[in-house]
Amino acid sequence: MSEKHRADEADRRRRTTDGVASETVNPEQPDAVEVFPEGEFDLRPGADDCYKCTTCETSCPVAAVDKSFPGPKFQGPEQWRLKRKDEIEIDPSISECSNCLRCDTSCPSGVNLAQMHNTARGEYVDNQLSTFSIKYVRNRILANYRTSARLASMFPRTANFVMNFKPVRWAMEKILHVPSERDFPEFATQTFREWWSERGGAQVTNPDKQVAYFHGCYANYNTTEVAKAMVRLYEYFGYEILVPPQKCSGTPMFANGMLDDARRHAETNVENLAAVIEDGADVIASCTSCSMALRNEYPELFDIDGIETLAKNTFDALEYLRIHEDLHGAIQDASVSGEFAEEFAYHAPCHSRNQGLDRQAIELFRDLDGVQIEDVGDSCSGISGTYGWKEEKYEKSMKIGAEMFEHMEAAEGTTGMTECPTCGMQMEHGTGYDVHHPLEVLEAAFVD
Amino acid sequence: MAIESDVLVVGGGLAGVASAVVAAREGVDVRLLAHKKSTLRQASGLIDGLGYVPPRTPLEKHADYVSQQRRDFREVRDKRGDYLGPLQTPYEGIDTLPDDHPYSILGADALRDGLALFDDLVGDTYLGSHTERNALVPTFGGTVKPTARYPRAAAAGLASDERPMLLVGFRSLTEFDAGMVADQLAAAGVPFDVRGVEVSFAESFPTDTKITRFVKAFDHDERIKGIPVRRALAEVVKPYVDDAKRVGFPAVLGDDNAASVRTDLGDRLGADIFEIPMGPPSIPGLRLEDRLFETLDAEGVRLETGVPAVGYEKDGDTVESVIVDRMGSEVPYAADTVVLATGGLVGKGLDSDREGVREPIFGCHVPYPEDRYDWFVDDAFGDQPYARFGVHPDASMRPLDADGEPEFANLFAAGSVVGGADVAREKSASGVSLATGVVAGRNAAIESRKRIERVEASS
Repeated sequence: MSEKHRADEADRRRRTTDGVASETVNPEQPDAVEVFPEGEFDLRPGADDCYKCTTCETSCPVAAVDKSFPGPKFQGPEQWRLKRKDEIEIDPSISECSNCLRCDTSCPSGVNLAQMHNTARGEYVDNQLSTFSIKYVRNRILANYRTSARLASMFPRTANFVMNFKPVRWAMEKILHVPSERDFPEFATQTFREWWSERGGAQVTNPDKQVAYFHGCYANYNTTEVAKAMVRLYEYFGYEILVPPQKCSGTPMFANGMLDDARRHAETNVENLAAVIEDGADVIASCTSCSMALRNEYPELFDIDGIETLAKNTFDALEYLRIHEDLHGAIQDASVSGEFAEEFAYHAPCHSRNQGLDRQAIELFRDLDGVQIEDVGDSCSGISGTYGWKEEKYEKSMKIGAEMFEHMEAAEGTTGMTECPTCGMQMEHGTGYDVHHPLEVLEAAFVD
Repeated sequence: MAIESDVLVVGGGLAGVASAVVAAREGVDVRLLAHKKSTLRQASGLIDGLGYVPPRTPLEKHADYVSQQRRDFREVRDKRGDYLGPLQTPYEGIDTLPDDHPYSILGADALRDGLALFDDLVGDTYLGSHTERNALVPTFGGTVKPTARYPRAAAAGLASDERPMLLVGFRSLTEFDAGMVADQLAAAGVPFDVRGVEVSFAESFPTDTKITRFVKAFDHDERIKGIPVRRALAEVVKPYVDDAKRVGFPAVLGDDNAASVRTDLGDRLGADIFEIPMGPPSIPGLRLEDRLFETLDAEGVRLETGVPAVGYEKDGDTVESVIVDRMGSEVPYAADTVVLATGGLVGKGLDSDREGVREPIFGCHVPYPEDRYDWFVDDAFGDQPYARFGVHPDASMRPLDADGEPEFANLFAAGSVVGGADVAREKSASGVSLATGVVAGRNAAIESRKRIERVEASS
């Protein structure tokens, strides 16, 4: 018989709020006195837990290329403390943060740097960035990628032509400051959701193994092959797939300080996904920034009914199979031939790192016949979603990415692999390699 | 289903890496879990074995200590239980250490094995293996640290070398005060002339520029105002070199290309170039972390970072799996044997509050005085009892319960979670991690093989 032991959650919490001796708390009024009244979330524990070890600073890819970026420790705990006394505005350098969240993952003291940066960025955009400025308009368009993608996918061929048509891109750079160096992603002629309803939805019915797929915007409008691979792979393993109504995960909105937009989308997602969780399904995502948003940013930033349930029951698609299937055993008996029998140069996206997923593709594919895989190291790709899509950030984004490009070129393979759509864009942009998602390779291994 | 491995190592510091590599070399399937970035990036990158030992006479009881509030600091320092050292070799003082010190439990050979493993993992990027003697490396506080192994980048700075030395600080890098370091070294009686100078270099860098920015600039020899940064630095330092045969800088001279940065500067200045290891953020620590994590990959160790271990499942006296918190979902990681290498009080492998001290994952027994006022002494740098807190292991590195029996048949411990050593005062942190890591890793692999054979025999 096995027994389960878990470090007591209540005990942990008591310890982190040490300093308020229990006997001084009035049992009639158990709430501690609010010394620093905050908005919705009290960020004080984040500031108090920082002991200035500087681990976050060595993890920050922006600070390594930008001499005037004051670093994550400043953006988070220090700025929070500075603002206590006077009406000090948020330092504009917050918009130089690329939202890679490496600082958040690296902090040995559990400071919620992601929450602090998102909150500061939101406050900066709300109070200090004019809604009439080009920057605001441009950022809002970039952040609401789903809106433009939905429009574009109505006329995908026209959109693909126009978006990479030189005069249009010249005008976009001049007016909106979107760098003309980048190639606009191609829109699929049929969205994933169109494909899904055309095939008649789920092909496997299994009330005991249900997963709800959060495809996000990119796999729906652009890389539909990733979404389709995921569907066929999960059906191979006997899962019934649900595709509930959903909007943008909110990642590009957090990164641009558009928290009201993000909340609106989050409300739809939480409502629909919490409902299927209630009915026994788990939620899986193929984009690591989407899963990161649902698991980490949602509960840190919003207070929506069901948000904790969603966070606890969301997984990355590959991670979920590793946990619930003998994927490792299955891989040892499988092999890949054809298009995906490649040597891959693998880059782990920052947001997969944040979820402890950065090594799973390496671990799995190392044992898969027909496939070679090499980790190109722990540098950041530099694009960080919409960050590298801003003219004033383009150069910085490429400087951050330089190390990854070098390592990719030094790797044996000339095909890239990553889970993140925008990292994929950057990898392609910097090296010219084709880039694939691990799910596509897994599909090739298991599904005919 | 659970994610399975033969040996599961919990912790990504020096001890975790050492035990994972040793176990993998025994031919078993090893997985290493690290919650956060390795603590190596906060360490100096120097690998100390043993530099100082407590006096043979028992230390004064804490009641006899003078309080810092009442007396002048220097008086407190003079009354402090004096440690003996610096030791000529890390091995000579081992037999004078307390009985529950990891070195006393494991013997000097464990330290030898640990250092030999380290030498093998880092190749020619570290020096010091040619002798058993401790090297004396200047620190950025101006002290001289006895250490068993040191990065090649620090080699020209050794205090046993008698060539005249120039130390250079940058005005925009406030963490390193070259003049102070030089004065301290001179006051300590080093056998060479040493001067410190602060230069205006990369003035366009604001004073709070992150150290990683300097590193990157040197690594790629970036141009600042049109001049490549290495040449720019050489030009401002040149007038101060004079008769100095070696020039020391704060440890920010590049990362991947650090060796060529030093050669380049050395050629331009006509002197050997070395780095002084800095406090956090520590570039030599980062370089070592990179190097060691690469070797994990090469040894076939499966690696997962960013996820904390929060509990375990057991069957009788056997740990069956470690429960890992994957962003709010608890996932069991099954293993035949487990190595606990989660660190000490700073690394959070040990936890404490007013009521007690504990090892939070497995609840292993941690001995400590009942009265909280006996956990510390007033002299901040004195012989602090809390510095020796940790689990108490047997000779195979299994943590023992209050009755002296192993807590679990298949749990081993390594590194700072193990008590008995005051590694900061002894200068023994790396050596303790390596020695305990080697023994814990080896025994975890042996025990795991036994269990596999037992299962195979019974089926």
